[in-house]
Amino acid sequence: MSAAPATRSQVLGLYRSLLHHSSRFAAYNFRDYAVRRTRDAFHAAKSETDPEKIKSLISRAERELEVVKRQSKISQLYAGEKLVLETKNQKVLRKH
Amino acid sequence: MSFARMVATGALRSARSLTSLPRHAPAAAAAFHTASKRFQSAGGQVKISPDEDSLGFQVSEVKDGENTRPIYMDMQATSPTDPRVLDAMLPYMTELYGNPHSRTHSYGWESEKGVDQAREDIAKLIGADSKEIVFTSGATESNNTSIKGVARFYKGKKNHIITTQTEHKCVLDSCRVLSDEGFEVTYLAVGKNGLISMDDLKAAIRPDTALVSIMAVNNEIGVIQPLEEIGALCRSKKIFFHTDAAQAIGKIPIDVNKMNIDLLSISGHKIYGPKGIGALYVRRRPRVRLTPLLTGGGQERGIRSGTVPAPLAVGLGEACRIATEEMAYDHERVKRLSERLINGIQSKVSHVYRNGDEVQSYPGCVNLSFAYVEGESLLMALKDIALSSGSACTSASLEPSYVLRALGAEDDMAHSSIRFGIGRFTTEEEIDFVISRVVAHVDKLREMSPLWEMVQEGIDISKIEWAQHA
Repeated sequence: MSAAPATRSQVLGLYRSLLHHSSRFAAYNFRDYAVRRTRDAFHAAKSETDPEKIKSLISRAERELEVVKRQSKISQLYAGEKLVLETKNQKVLRKH
Repeated sequence: MSFARMVATGALRSARSLTSLPRHAPAAAAAFHTASKRFQSAGGQVKISPDEDSLGFQVSEVKDGENTRPIYMDMQATSPTDPRVLDAMLPYMTELYGNPHSRTHSYGWESEKGVDQAREDIAKLIGADSKEIVFTSGATESNNTSIKGVARFYKGKKNHIITTQTEHKCVLDSCRVLSDEGFEVTYLAVGKNGLISMDDLKAAIRPDTALVSIMAVNNEIGVIQPLEEIGALCRSKKIFFHTDAAQAIGKIPIDVNKMNIDLLSISGHKIYGPKGIGALYVRRRPRVRLTPLLTGGGQERGIRSGTVPAPLAVGLGEACRIATEEMAYDHERVKRLSERLINGIQSKVSHVYRNGDEVQSYPGCVNLSFAYVEGESLLMALKDIALSSGSACTSASLEPSYVLRALGAEDDMAHSSIRFGIGRFTTEEEIDFVISRVVAHVDKLREMSPLWEMVQEGIDISKIEWAQHA
């Protein structure tokens, strides 16, 4: 399994679950960072062709996914009040 | 038994209501559970106010219908703990609780393994060897250990220390203690841009100089001192060079060998690591010797006795590992946000000046002076943003910052400064929010200011002779 080359769907699946779990951080700043960092990292490695490098990037993303899964949960468990910025934006949205 | 107690308390309660005591809980009890209440009762209004001895400050509830938190722009005071750091720490706060110094069982070994890995990650960030890293409680302890330790060890032969006027309080205070012990201390002045002059340093060096302590990045104005030049000069004169790099580590590249640094202080909570831990780099070749502040079990090469807190050490290590990987990414982003903030404010408000050198500085620390506006009033007005006018250590006093005074800033400019801290987790949205709030409130405060009115009329305020000065 691990010897087989990474498929496009495997990478895309990893990307999607990372984005999904990143967006579940309750804390605004961590949520924004996790989503942004995931996007930037995948985009930066978009044209990588070296199979060894791809393999190490994938195993790194898999490790990060586990961290994000656990930490987004913790962020939800200990969620505080929303930032002033978040509620302000919601109000603007409601007005429209 | 318990029933009897219940009856007793019940009786007490009814007795209280009979004597017409107020029904709500005493003030002390109310203040005690604010933190837990904030998380548990989501809907309830909780007022958080500072202690009674915090001079003249009052925090009023944000009357917005719902509870909100201000956005955080005080990264130089402390930074949020990175979730990846917490993730690395949690195993050591639950399952892996062994003492890393226990050599006789696996509980000790597994903790030791974590601490050793952390030591390596810290060393890698500054280009050092892991044997040269000593864990401490924070940068304050690292600074105290370096300055007092080296001075006291070489006392008798060498009696002179050089530092700067803009150092952190803990460096200045360590030097003050040493001058009480008979050492001579030279406090170098800095230029208008906050940088020291190498000529001044050269002139201050004496044959009996033991140590030069100059910070890497200033905590209030963010200027970066010329570490490489200072290091080269100190090495050529065989003087030890200590740098307080609490604000620099993980933000700008630092290499202890390239910069000839002999001692370097690291803080955990300034680099998205845990609070309560720091590290000290102590060079082994040529060897730096120092008298320890804490003695006891002889841990950490005898420089800092006491059990190393494994979860915190692991957290600091992880923070350094992340910093090594993310420094370029973070720096590029912080720089962009910083430019967005400065340009955004300066394009909409006149008479805004940046304190400290514009080129030789870390972009995540932006110190601006808003002329004709009182900094503390602006801070109070910007209650939706967590900011500071300077160092957190002195934020309770209304004294102008000694760092800005050292730059030669006039009293009024030193009083009108605000420090914006931008970090890994700051967003564009937050920056735009800060710009809009700052612009609105500066305009409002200036409209109220008689000084501003005079400036608009073309009167030169610096030429006015105020009655009380006569």
